[in-house]
Amino acid sequence: MASVIELDDLDRAFHDTVSERLPQANFDLCLTCGTCAGGCPASAQFDMDPRKLVRMLAYGLDEEVKKTPWAWVCTMCARCYWSCPMKVDIPKLVYQMRQSWPRDKRPKGIRGSCDQHIRAGNAMGVPTEDFIWTVEDVAEEIRETDPRFKDMHVTVDRKGAKMAINQNSREPVTEPDELGPLWKILHIVEADWTYPSVMWAGENYCLFLADDEGWRYILEEFVQHIDNNLGCETVVNTE
Amino acid sequence: MRKYNIPHNFEFTTIIQLYAKWIRSGKLPVSSDWNRDLQVKFTIQDPCNIVRKTLRHEMADELRFVCKSIIGEENLVDMVPCGSNNYCCGGGGGALQGGYTEQRRAYGKVKFDQIQETEATYVIAPCHNCHTQIEDIGKHYGGNYHVVHIWTLMCLAMGVLGENERTYLGPDLENLGL
Repeated sequence: MASVIELDDLDRAFHDTVSERLPQANFDLCLTCGTCAGGCPASAQFDMDPRKLVRMLAYGLDEEVKKTPWAWVCTMCARCYWSCPMKVDIPKLVYQMRQSWPRDKRPKGIRGSCDQHIRAGNAMGVPTEDFIWTVEDVAEEIRETDPRFKDMHVTVDRKGAKMAINQNSREPVTEPDELGPLWKILHIVEADWTYPSVMWAGENYCLFLADDEGWRYILEEFVQHIDNNLGCETVVNTE
Repeated sequence: MRKYNIPHNFEFTTIIQLYAKWIRSGKLPVSSDWNRDLQVKFTIQDPCNIVRKTLRHEMADELRFVCKSIIGEENLVDMVPCGSNNYCCGGGGGALQGGYTEQRRAYGKVKFDQIQETEATYVIAPCHNCHTQIEDIGKHYGGNYHVVHIWTLMCLAMGVLGENERTYLGPDLENLGL
């Protein structure tokens, strides 16, 4: 005869830690309905799915939960959370799982991008002066070749600009010609905008790395620069 | 910033909300006339971060308003499901740099099939991760769609898109308006 599993007798250290850290995450309310797993494109990868993961957390399978590389295949897209009748916050669990990996064991591509962002203000590690040079060079070319944009201004760190606009580092680094269309739009509407030189990139790999300290540092540096140096009223996310 | 309770004096907005505001106020002279006879079909990828995880239908609606103004309402073919219920492309959460390429592409197969169902020639991807992932799965699974940024179409619709700004357009549009 099957024996009853007494949850109180299980050692569920990871479950207890994440539940304490995330009291609103409702890990114990899972009804095992499977709505999450049914609508998750990552289901079955590495023999895992969201429903199974929450069961494993509940049963104290700490090592398996903490070690599965599924934590890096799930994109924390929150479709499971959105559809869950009990609002079990699986994406936050995945974030905690990622954080439980020693930093140097987390995927090196994501770690490298996070480290570059902390060091250089963008995930591709381009020096600020190169970013500024590229921006000015591309803007000059547009002004010279298209008379409709001969007065187009593109600035970095212009104090008092109404809007600060971030920029994914992919454009200035790998495809600078893709910078132009957005600037043309901004010129046509006569937007009062500038790029910040500090933490100017739109991407955020420290979030993906689950590096709270790095993520917070990037935000603090950014806020300090916008509020104290530039005084912009609005920050515009370009994606 | 909410997560870490960092105080700040500025407000946050997205370029999509600004595009919508500028189109409504007449500041952006966009038109979909260029596509009235061409009837090029587009679909939209709703990025999880700004749609499901932040402003939900409000953002999904603004995104569609902007896109329809540029391509023509009859030329938008939405994926099923879409909006807040959309499937992630599989490139989010750092997956593009995560090193698990096989799993990332298997994940993306759901998105690929969704796109193929629409029979659209173009996927509008207002997020760089989505853009890269949707291009990659398109090549991997043999799709023949192109993936574009909104700013490309916006400038195309205003007749100001430069010759060197057309990397992501297919042969049907690469010379339009030049």
